[in-house]
Amino acid sequence: MVEFALPKNSKITANGKTWPKPAGATQLREYKIYRWNPDDGQNPRIDTYYVNTEDCGPMVLDGLIWIKNNIDPSLTFRRSCREGVCGSCAMNIDGQNTLACTRSMHDVKDGAVKINPLPHQPVVKDLVPDLTNFYAQYASIEPWLKTSTPTPQKEWRQSHEDREKLDGLYECILCACCSTSCPSYWWNSERFLGPAALLQATRWVKDSRDEATGERLDNLEDPFRLYRCHTIMNCAKACPKGLNPSEAIAELKLKLVERQV
Amino acid sequence: MSALDSQGAPRSMRTPLGRVRALGAAHSGTQDFWRQRLTAVAMTILMIPGIVVVMMVLGRNQAGAAQILGSSWVALILLLFILASTWHMKIGMQVVIEDYVHNEKLKIASIMANNFFTVAVALAAVYAIFKLSSGV
Repeated sequence: MVEFALPKNSKITANGKTWPKPAGATQLREYKIYRWNPDDGQNPRIDTYYVNTEDCGPMVLDGLIWIKNNIDPSLTFRRSCREGVCGSCAMNIDGQNTLACTRSMHDVKDGAVKINPLPHQPVVKDLVPDLTNFYAQYASIEPWLKTSTPTPQKEWRQSHEDREKLDGLYECILCACCSTSCPSYWWNSERFLGPAALLQATRWVKDSRDEATGERLDNLEDPFRLYRCHTIMNCAKACPKGLNPSEAIAELKLKLVERQV
Repeated sequence: MSALDSQGAPRSMRTPLGRVRALGAAHSGTQDFWRQRLTAVAMTILMIPGIVVVMMVLGRNQAGAAQILGSSWVALILLLFILASTWHMKIGMQVVIEDYVHNEKLKIASIMANNFFTVAVALAAVYAIFKLSSGV
């Protein structure tokens, strides 16, 4: 059966540390952050920090960077562009998967800003999940233009109308907020490709320049790879770019019906 | 990377892409997806005449019920409703099993049991309707 409970060594213990408040600060925001170190043999814990909001930017990522610079350099998380383009800082903030760089700490309701790694993925350390399977699933949909026609002298041409069909799909930054918010993906991540990879698959299935549409649909037509999606819509709710993977997956299903019925 | 996964089981040395591709796509699932919708629409259409028939039968004895079901239209509506609903039930239950039962042997046994149960329920209902409508 599906494992609904966390494995023994993943259960959060009550040994969380409360770090001292920064001296002289008047504007404080409490952060409760998931910590796990693969090297100390301990179970995960929740540490409490106090961020001096007068000394740092408004976003949750600014708070994390402030903690790392001023309180605890061992706090581990991914970040790069700090403006919602790279998808590195995806994490679960106040119960919602999102990007720490585009979520304002003022938008998090009163009380502590609670931060956990993306759900249901193996943890590498602290807020860093192991996304190996997620990236392999993306690779499995072969996200590149596939053609048999000899490559034209200049470029593969596409009408404005056909280009517009890719809107709402090409913007995905592969942050994994959607896939890791999906219950179907939690239970069957080994076999279900998940919303992100399927949204990308739709992007290539709908690309007017691509000549492998049927082959792509063949590779998706599977009770597990595609049909584990039950349109729960957590993906669309979580997507920090405002995309709708559910709708993209529904389009794939429609195309599969279209070629049979 | 550790040699053990988070459950303490030995980690496979297959590449991540090899694991994702696994046995390949089954090239099926669309039939079930389509039939699930087809039977849902059929049940929506059959629901009102189905309720009307049930309300007509309510409170009557077997002879009264047999008289109503003696109409081939009434029997046909009920037969179609049984066909659509049991088919819908079978696909729906299979989806639940595929979602939650991960042990391969248990999964196959559950899917088998689901099929047997569906056929038994459907045939019992069809038999009952035939029996009543033929007045036996």
